Amino acid sequence: MQELIKIENLSFGYPDGQQALTDINLGIYRGDSVAIVGPNGAGKSTLVLHFNGILRSNGHVKLLGKPIDDNNLKWVRSRVGVVFQNPDDQLFSPTVFDDVAFGPMNMGYSQAEVEQAVKMALGLVGMSGFEKRSPHHLSVGEKKRIAMATVLSMSPEVLVIDEPTSNLDPRGKWDIIEVLKGFSITKIIVSHDLEMVRELCHRMVIIDHGRVAADAKTIDVLADKKLLVAHGLAAA
Amino acid sequence: MKHSFIDRYSDRDSLIHRLDPRSKLVMTLAFIAAIVLTPAGSWLVYSLYFVIIATMVLLSKVPISYILRQSLVIIPFVLLVAVFIPFFKEGDVAFGFNIWAWHLSFTHNGLQLLWSILAKSWLSILSLILLTSTTGFASLLKGLERLRMPRVMVMLLSFMYRYIFLLTDEIMRMKQARDSRNLGGKRLRQISTVGNMIGTLFIRSYERGERVYAAMVSRGFDGQSRTLDRLRFSPLDIYFIACISLVLVCINLFNLYW
Repeated sequence: MQELIKIENLSFGYPDGQQALTDINLGIYRGDSVAIVGPNGAGKSTLVLHFNGILRSNGHVKLLGKPIDDNNLKWVRSRVGVVFQNPDDQLFSPTVFDDVAFGPMNMGYSQAEVEQAVKMALGLVGMSGFEKRSPHHLSVGEKKRIAMATVLSMSPEVLVIDEPTSNLDPRGKWDIIEVLKGFSITKIIVSHDLEMVRELCHRMVIIDHGRVAADAKTIDVLADKKLLVAHGLAAA
Repeated sequence: MKHSFIDRYSDRDSLIHRLDPRSKLVMTLAFIAAIVLTPAGSWLVYSLYFVIIATMVLLSKVPISYILRQSLVIIPFVLLVAVFIPFFKEGDVAFGFNIWAWHLSFTHNGLQLLWSILAKSWLSILSLILLTSTTGFASLLKGLERLRMPRVMVMLLSFMYRYIFLLTDEIMRMKQARDSRNLGGKRLRQISTVGNMIGTLFIRSYERGERVYAAMVSRGFDGQSRTLDRLRFSPLDIYFIACISLVLVCINLFNLYW
C-alpha cells in the first residue's frame, strides 16, 4: 500500500515551553481508517495541526514522499483536508454555499468547477439543498456534516477529523458514523469516543503525554483493558 | 438560543425581493440622498416620498407592523441630537418661559426644522429597513462587493454577521453562570465581576479568531480573497431603477420650480 503521510521523529514544543509532542513516528497508508486516541491534553490536536502544515517542524512530516515546507503548503492543503472540532469555527461564511465553496475558490477552480464541487460535497454528506441556509440556523449535527463538506469539496486524499461526534446526541452521533462509513477516502479520526472508533477504524493509535503509546489493530487495543486504563481511556 | 435577525423577512418572495441587491443598494442610497437634500418644511415632498416607500413596502409583503416597530428605534437617537435646535434657531418666538434667571424661548423656524429632521430621519430609516428586510445579508454583502466596496470591510461585516449571535450567546451564558452564584454583596464587587466578564469575552473571541483563521488557512486561504460572480441584473432591475430615478427627478424639479 502507498504511504500517504509519513511522520518521522517529530517533536514539537509551544513557544511557552510546553512540550506537546515527543519523538512521534507514524505512517498513514492509502485507504487507511486510523483512529488517534488519547486523554485530554495528550497532544492529539497539536498532531492534527501538523498533518496539513499549520504547524511545521521542517522535514519531519512528509506527504506522498515530499517534506511539507513553506513552498508547497497550498498543494498540501488541497490533499489533506482537516475538519476542526468546533463547527462554529469551521463555518465562518454567511451561507453554506459560500463556506463549501471557500476551499475550491482558493484552489483557483473556475466558477463551473466550484459549483460542481459544492454540489458533490454536499451530496456526499447528505446535505444537498442547504446551499442558501446560513450556518447559525443549523443544528449541531447539520453543522458537523457541512463542516466535512467544506473540506471534501477540495477532493482531498486524506480526511482528518477532530472529534466528529463531540456535542452530539446519540442519534446525531450514529448519523455521523453512517456518513463517515460511506466515504471511501483515507480517514484519520481524532477522538476518544471508543464506540465510534470500534465502528469505523481498523487501526488505532494511542497518544499520551505527547508520545505514541500504542499503534495496533483496533480490536487488539480495545481488548487490552490494562492499556486502556493506563492511558485514561477506560475506568479501572 | 433564538435571535431576531435584521434580515428575518428576506427569504420571502416578492417583486422587491427579486431585485438585484446592487440596484436596491444604489437606489436606497439615492433615495436617502434625495430625502436629506430636500429643504426643511417641504411637507408635500415628504409625503410624496412616504407614498413611494409605502408602495414599496406593500409590494414587498413584509409585515407593516414589523417595519413600523423597527423604524421607531431610531427616533430617540434623533430626538436626543435634534431637541436643542428650536432653542438656537433665530426667528419669531413661538413660546418662551423663565427658569430662574434664564429666559428660554424657541422659534417657529426652529420647530419647523425639528419636525423636518424627525420626518427626514424617519423616512430614511424606513427605506433602510425595507432594504435590509428584503435582501438577505449574504446577498447584500455580495452586492457591496460588486459595487467595489473594499474587500476588508465586506469581510469584516460578514464575520460580524456570522459571530455576533455566538458572542451574545456567550454573554448570556456567562451572565447565567454569574447570577446562579451571585448571592448579593457589595456593588463594587459586582462591577468588578462585569469587568472580568468583559476580559474573558475578549480572550475567548481572540482565541476563536485564531481557530477560525486556522480553519481558513487549512482550506488554502492566502490573504487574497476570490469570489464568484453569481449576481445577474434582470429587466425588472432596469424598470425599478428607471422608475425610482424618474420619480425622484420629477419630485425635485416640481419642488424647485413651483
